[in-house]
Amino acid sequence: MEPNIFKYVWRHSRAEQVVILLLVLLSLPFYYFSLNLPKQIVNEGIQGQGFEGPGATQSFLSFDLPYGEAVFGAPINLFDGFSLEQRDMLLALSFSFLALVMVNGMFKLVINTRKGRMGERLLRRLRFELSDRILRFPLPHLKRVKPSEMATMIKDEVEPLGGFIGDAFATPLFLGGQAATALLFIMVQSFWLGLVAAAVVMFQSFLIPRLRRRILVLGRERQLTARQLAGRIGEIIDGAVEVQAHDTTNFERADLVARLGRIFRIRYEIYQRKFFVKFLNNLLSQLTPFVFYAGGGLLAISGNLDIGALVAVIAAYKDLPSPIKELIDWDQQRLDVQIKYEQVIAQFQPPHLIDPALQSPDNEPGPPFSGAISASALTLLDDSDQPLVRAVNFTLPVTGHVAVVGPGGSGMEQLSYMLAGLLRPSSGSLRIDGRDIERLPAAVTGRRIAFVGTNSYHFAGSLRDNLLYGLKHRPLRPADQDRAISPEDLAEAKHAGNPLLDINADWIDYEAAGATGAADINARLLDVLTAVDLKGDAYRFGLTGTIDPEARPDVAEAVLKARAALIDRLATGGNEDLVVRFAADSYNHNASVAENLLFGTPRVPDFATRALAKNSTVAKVLRDIDLTQSFVDMGVTIASTMVEIFADLPPGHPFFEQFSFISDDDLPEFRTIVTRVETAGVGALDKAARELLLGLPFNYVEARHRLGLVDEAMAERLVAARHSLAELLEREAPDAVEFYRADAYNAAASLQDNILFGRLAFGQAGAEQIIGDALAEMLDDLGLRETVIEVGLDYNVGIGGGRLSSVQRQKLAFARALLKRPDILVINEAASVLDGAGQTRLVERILDLREGQGVIWSLQRPELAALFDTILVMQDGRLVEQGSYGDLTKSDSAFKGLIAAE
Amino acid sequence: MSIDQEVEILRRIPIFAQIEPAKLKLMAFASERVTYKPGQVLFKEGERGDAAFIVLKGTADILISGDSGPLHVASLSENEIVGEIAILCDIPRTATVQAATELTTLRITAELFFRMLMDFPEMGVEVMRVLAHRLEQTTAQLRRAQAGH
Repeated sequence: MEPNIFKYVWRHSRAEQVVILLLVLLSLPFYYFSLNLPKQIVNEGIQGQGFEGPGATQSFLSFDLPYGEAVFGAPINLFDGFSLEQRDMLLALSFSFLALVMVNGMFKLVINTRKGRMGERLLRRLRFELSDRILRFPLPHLKRVKPSEMATMIKDEVEPLGGFIGDAFATPLFLGGQAATALLFIMVQSFWLGLVAAAVVMFQSFLIPRLRRRILVLGRERQLTARQLAGRIGEIIDGAVEVQAHDTTNFERADLVARLGRIFRIRYEIYQRKFFVKFLNNLLSQLTPFVFYAGGGLLAISGNLDIGALVAVIAAYKDLPSPIKELIDWDQQRLDVQIKYEQVIAQFQPPHLIDPALQSPDNEPGPPFSGAISASALTLLDDSDQPLVRAVNFTLPVTGHVAVVGPGGSGMEQLSYMLAGLLRPSSGSLRIDGRDIERLPAAVTGRRIAFVGTNSYHFAGSLRDNLLYGLKHRPLRPADQDRAISPEDLAEAKHAGNPLLDINADWIDYEAAGATGAADINARLLDVLTAVDLKGDAYRFGLTGTIDPEARPDVAEAVLKARAALIDRLATGGNEDLVVRFAADSYNHNASVAENLLFGTPRVPDFATRALAKNSTVAKVLRDIDLTQSFVDMGVTIASTMVEIFADLPPGHPFFEQFSFISDDDLPEFRTIVTRVETAGVGALDKAARELLLGLPFNYVEARHRLGLVDEAMAERLVAARHSLAELLEREAPDAVEFYRADAYNAAASLQDNILFGRLAFGQAGAEQIIGDALAEMLDDLGLRETVIEVGLDYNVGIGGGRLSSVQRQKLAFARALLKRPDILVINEAASVLDGAGQTRLVERILDLREGQGVIWSLQRPELAALFDTILVMQDGRLVEQGSYGDLTKSDSAFKGLIAAE
Repeated sequence: MSIDQEVEILRRIPIFAQIEPAKLKLMAFASERVTYKPGQVLFKEGERGDAAFIVLKGTADILISGDSGPLHVASLSENEIVGEIAILCDIPRTATVQAATELTTLRITAELFFRMLMDFPEMGVEVMRVLAHRLEQTTAQLRRAQAGH
């Protein structure tokens, strides 16, 4: 990247800069006139210079040809002007002053807006270029950078550059021009005053930057330490397991304290220096007016300067310090920004970047691979030039099934990365179908080859998004008219040098997955999920998912059928007691008090269980039906039980989260409340305490918590409260809650809840299994299983796939790789999180599915190599044996040694 | 049956007899009450044990596999604990337990049990005392059996 920010700015904004510079030059004469007018107003308009007596006139706006006298020997008058009396003259001059103020303001507005736009465009360009570089970082370099630091640089650190970029050329010219114009004006009025003003200005611009230099150095340090703090916090989060497992939280605290202390010292010094500079600056600016008032006044008294000129000089001087100060600021900013810019771009200059041509969206994947994969003297060195893979030679058919085995550190991991085109060989060559893999564009390696590594990453989004991720290479079909990127946005992207790729376009390469479009891709998704044994998981996700019954009336109807059929099916097995159905007139002891009160699913956050205690509608119902005190009493029972049983547990104990109504933070407060109730009775509690207690019973489930709070009488009263709440809601907030109705689909509840239409009875042995089986059978009967799985495809996998287990994450990565039907599937110990039987099953299935297509699998368990055509045995970076399972097990071989070591 | 009644039952079981009621209450609160229908199996011989059961109501049969089908060796009734050995020393279940009538149990998971031992060492001492007592009894029985031989 361009190391000098001025060159960078100039290169990418030349045309815009020139327009702004012209505007600045154009504005200066107007500025000069606006300085001159006050003098005319005072001298002619107010003091009446040139008006000999009442009724005398002067011409206004008379205009001579510039330099007319010099060229033609006599002044040439172009416009006589209007003849005006003194009072009219004063008004005309004043209004001209107003007009000039407007004109100057307009110039400023236009220039600033253009500067802003230019700055934003360049900031966008810079941010894109930096992010683009991250996409082009080779993997070994990416492993060395700290993600949070890179993100802060792109997000925060280049931000001030955007502001400066707009100012880079225009500001010095604009401010310098203004200052020079004002100074020139003062000089013209009075040479000596001008000289004084110029001297002070020179002194200011000499002294202040020197004082500020140290501030700049500190500013840089501040930025560096802040960035390190961000990196360190990222590290603490990433290493949370280590930190907590080794009880090193206090060590980390000490580290944070030390860092914050340094940041404080730096910042405090900056403040001290900054305010001193400010003080000095102000002093100097006020010194000059003193000279003007004293010196200029004396000149005026002695008649060497007219009053109008003095007023104008003082007014002009008023305008002088701010451009000067801003110019000094600009100069500081220049230094600062240049350093910042250099610092940032230095982080984005790895020794080697992937050639952008290899990643171009216009590259074609070309014909399928055929022929052979051949390595000759293939070598890979690490950062310190130690060989990881040493002069490996082999030739394998593209369509073969190859196992790579070896002990840890044998180089088989690096070999698989090279085969997938993810690592560049240090020397030697790796050719597929005769073509050097280093020269193959990403369109070939990323589509003809698939790679599954040990710790696959998944992006925040649904299961479906992550499956389809491997098919999104370039926009294939433009987005609909209303969603597509607008021509204005497109033009703007072009201005900022961003590629014109539309994120809203359809990027999915259905053909590569063996489908024709959005309509039949689901079948393929189910295929790959089946292949990796993830269908059951997707089915379970689907049961907890929701559907829109208006978009899928057929599904809603089938679910209602399933709801009716479930009880019959359970009854035939004598298991009808495992589900306690919702009934409008009876209390459900297996559901919480909150669920029983609402008798429905909340559609707005105000009615979520957590929020019910503070909900005014619920409060009103409880009051009307005289339940408030009962809730407080229940709260007291719950609180005293919790205080009793959790008393001796240390704060942060997992039981609090698992079993308690009260968090460990709140426990002391409740302890005080309980003590108060014991000594003085419930009546003695204040309002806040009562509110706290009132909130506790909402989460209470009688069958689970067994505190005996909801007896028959209480159940009846709660059902009565349910009815009056329903009435009230109907009137006041009809959309807040979707009520349970035996004959209607509940759009806010999950598929499973819709079918069960009740709660699983607590403490019935094997209930979950029995209900799960019954549900599955019934969904099969109704032909709904696929639909449920499709709903499951919308399951959100969380950030980094955090809502999936590690086994599910790996299986999903396999499914994603299989979906794009690569010519060669490269796998690096990706199945090792699975148990032994699971690994075997997965390997068998995938090899089966990929009959006639290439698979190169670095195996963690060498005995699985029996399933492959060819085995490569790696040891200490060398390929030591190669052959079929039969060959390698015949004689005494390294392979046999590996199997024996298992 | 409320949690207080469960605590009462827990207190009648020797290994819990000396433990503070508040801790027993915590254990009861954190445990699941599980109901079995007649014929349903609590656990099978040879399985890995992950929980102990306390019979709150009903009876259960203890069966071991013999040459000619399962052999009924004992019955369990209210206030008795079963399966605690398997969770303490991580050995497979030595017998099958099956509900004879409608059976209500308190299921104490191994995880909960160990967590309680860890958090309240005095409970561990109590368990040790009961086990040592049992061992002493078994040894005495063995001695008597050998002497009578």
